[in-house]
Amino acid sequence: MSVVTNTTTIGAIEAPSRRNTELALLAFAVIIPVFAYLNVGLALDGKVPAGMAGYGLGLALLAGVAHLVVRKFAPYSDPLLLPLATLLNGLGLVLIWRLDQSPRLIERGKAFGGFQPDAPKQLMYSALGIALFAAVLVLLKDHRILQRYTYISMAVGLVLLILPMFFSPVNGARIWINIAGFTIQPGEFAKIVIAVFFSGYLMVKRDALALASRRFMGLYLPRGRDLGPILAIWGLSILILVFETDLGTSLLFFGLFVVMLYVATERTSWIVFGLLMSVGGAVGVATFEPHVQARVTAWLDPFSCYETSDACNQIGQALMSFGSGGTLGTGLGQGNSDLITYAANADFILTTVGEEFGLAGTMAFLMLYALIVERGVRTALAARDPFGKLLAIGLSGAFAIQVFVVAGGVMGLIPLTGMTMPFVAYGGSSVLANWALIGILIRISDTARRPAPAPAPSPDAEMTQVVRP
Amino acid sequence: MNKPLRRIAIFCGLLILALLVRVNWLQYVKADELNASEYNKRVDIERYKSERGNIIVDGKPITGSAKTDDTLFTYKRTYTNGPMWAPVTGYASQVFGASQIENLEDGVLTGNDDRLFFDRTLGMFTGEEKKGGNVVTTLNGAAQKAAFEGLGDKKGAVAAIDPQTGKILALASTPSYDPSTFAGRKNADSKAYNALQPKSDPDNPMLNRALRETYPPGSTFKVLTAAAGLEHGVIKDVDAKTDSPLPWIMPGTTTPLPNENNIPCKDVSLREALRMSCNSVFGKLGTDVGADKMLETAKKFGFNEEQFIPVRANASFFPEDINASQTALSSIGQFDTRATPLQMAMLAAAVANDGKLMKPYMIDRLETPGVDVLEKTEPEEQSRPLSQEHAQMLQSIMETVVEKGTGTNAKIPGVTVGGKTGTAQHGENNSKNPYAWFISYAKVNGGSPVAVAVVVEDSGANRDDISGGGLAAPIAKSVMQAVVDKK
Repeated sequence: MSVVTNTTTIGAIEAPSRRNTELALLAFAVIIPVFAYLNVGLALDGKVPAGMAGYGLGLALLAGVAHLVVRKFAPYSDPLLLPLATLLNGLGLVLIWRLDQSPRLIERGKAFGGFQPDAPKQLMYSALGIALFAAVLVLLKDHRILQRYTYISMAVGLVLLILPMFFSPVNGARIWINIAGFTIQPGEFAKIVIAVFFSGYLMVKRDALALASRRFMGLYLPRGRDLGPILAIWGLSILILVFETDLGTSLLFFGLFVVMLYVATERTSWIVFGLLMSVGGAVGVATFEPHVQARVTAWLDPFSCYETSDACNQIGQALMSFGSGGTLGTGLGQGNSDLITYAANADFILTTVGEEFGLAGTMAFLMLYALIVERGVRTALAARDPFGKLLAIGLSGAFAIQVFVVAGGVMGLIPLTGMTMPFVAYGGSSVLANWALIGILIRISDTARRPAPAPAPSPDAEMTQVVRP
Repeated sequence: MNKPLRRIAIFCGLLILALLVRVNWLQYVKADELNASEYNKRVDIERYKSERGNIIVDGKPITGSAKTDDTLFTYKRTYTNGPMWAPVTGYASQVFGASQIENLEDGVLTGNDDRLFFDRTLGMFTGEEKKGGNVVTTLNGAAQKAAFEGLGDKKGAVAAIDPQTGKILALASTPSYDPSTFAGRKNADSKAYNALQPKSDPDNPMLNRALRETYPPGSTFKVLTAAAGLEHGVIKDVDAKTDSPLPWIMPGTTTPLPNENNIPCKDVSLREALRMSCNSVFGKLGTDVGADKMLETAKKFGFNEEQFIPVRANASFFPEDINASQTALSSIGQFDTRATPLQMAMLAAAVANDGKLMKPYMIDRLETPGVDVLEKTEPEEQSRPLSQEHAQMLQSIMETVVEKGTGTNAKIPGVTVGGKTGTAQHGENNSKNPYAWFISYAKVNGGSPVAVAVVVEDSGANRDDISGGGLAAPIAKSVMQAVVDKK
């Protein structure tokens, strides 16, 4: 009874719950954005901003509620995820508020039919996001319940992905749907639902996919019938690209699928096929889709077509924003990142980070995202059930790919795509979906780190003991 | 399943690493290049973010800064009496850049100059808004006004110099433009700017004729030929008879060099020749001195070299490698000889200053916003094209020109004035209206406070009215009068 094998990577039996660590980190996650808020106010008006107390209290309240819910419903969960998400969300609110104060953006907003500040709306979305986060923790007692909804998830995911095709495009991409005045980006939610479907499906089919294959030129070629799903997903992502002209979402789903397939089957060949097919698909589409072509041209040299093409102008502005930030940045409120009038607080919010926080700040931001991903991968390693492992790696992989695609896009590393920086960018769908994602990860990590129940005392214990002579 | 999980973790790490490498490359390696991009508005935003310093004449600013309601640029430049001062200030436009002093002293005017670092740092602690430093010019408001109003609606330019120091006192060019009209970035501004371009306005109002246009100097160049004759020993006495046949056939040709209206130029003295403006006498004098020595003297006066005051003035031109007849024509300011009004003012100034040419300059000092002196320009000798004795001989005959020659229109009661008229042929076979020139200096109490060059290129005037004495001399007179009155 004294020897109990610990099967998890993190946390031994009777591991400390680390809830107090989380609380201390949360205090930082609230205080840092409050100081940032003060900084913006002082830089722009030279006085303490009026809403500071309200903002600070609001953020502290949200963080406090989230913490209490975690303490009650997921006591053994990872202590870093919630503070990281809170910090990013808080800083995002400050950045959005800072851009709300920009006279250039206000003037532009008026020209496009009335300017409205986005920060209050984002605060509301954040509150809803944390409510959703709490709901996930309260209602989802065990993540394995999701396994039951594998095929329902597939249906919901497909509907979410296809739905935007029936709505008119906004700024050239069909990724929004409009219901009763609310615009929703279903792709953000589809990310989670599809990950649930993949986890459930692959958990059942992984052996068939992994073992039934022929060896050919050093690679394990899957059988045709097993190749079916990957071809279907490839086709779907191409369709998204063609009909919704959304390179980001298709890259995200395809990447998500390949990552999960690889983890489930442990076959490198899937990665090779995945890469080949995504490259093939992207090149194929780029040859005839003007929206994608414009972005590829802009990516290759934004300054060659700066004055003639909107795509080049956007990415050129973004690059100059980063350049002007330099190593230490101009300081909050003192940059000119609002020169990118287009989606300055949404798709391009990282340029404001780059200009006003500088290289040091941007690297810190990227590290925050990296830490979330790292905690997610750790959760996957620690999870005891294959479904939890797959779901955790799927969600954190999707998160990592999204960060890479968005940040790489605005930095000119890869062609620009229309996705949002999780938690920081303005947008209700994004904030809600990502809080739900963090909620599920916390649920899985709670299950993973929960001390194994002590084995029940065996009634036969006395009888089987070794009799020493 | 943990082995692929670890590999995926490495993959995610590589994604983040790629972002980190990229952001370092962008913000550290490429930052300077991106900041210098022609498309980057940030430099201009910074430039017009705070009040620009002023350009000052006679202790009063001739520029200003006005707060705009523009969301890109907070302030824009304004000009007091813009058209009059445009050849001095240049322009500073939010869209079209800056020129002349506005451009050259941009660092001081914006307050970004390194020398203003202390002021900026101080302002950071006292909470004062950043302000630019001032540029104090050497110009004389009254002289500038006299020059600008004297030119009126005629096309032309005036340059006036203090011969003793080289300070520029007046720099006018007409037709002129008002730099205020395109200082902002509204549609009206770009319309105003486009209307000033040579393709929409053939008069080219943005051309600074005093510095950037070279004209054939005509008879005013005879002063330089006389100086070369004296310096190289061809003439010993300005009142002695010269060996000047009439008509004088140009060497190597059969063509005589004609004089206007059959004036009696045969064997006249240098004084008489300058008084009547004899082409034959000065043409022969030029060939007697020789092309090389003419060129040498011209270079000493500043020809064939750009002048920086510190605004750049185009190089005036005396041709090299010419034959005797071309030398003769060049010596009376024809053929390829060309000069800026500034150059001709320098010529008159050197004569007036007893042969010492002071380097012309128009920025007296640069000041911090708190009016401490950052940099002061000290008068500097540029060259000595004439000995004192020869300079005084030349002064004497130039004074005769005004006293009882072609330049009587420049007479100022109680002031000694020396001058020379010029009517430069222009166009093929003299087909276009000639340019009217007048260069002169005034002398009070033995020293000369002002030397001036005037050129008028009014093609609208009646041809008979165009002569240096008739058109240009009265303008020179009023400029000199303005300076002398102020003394």
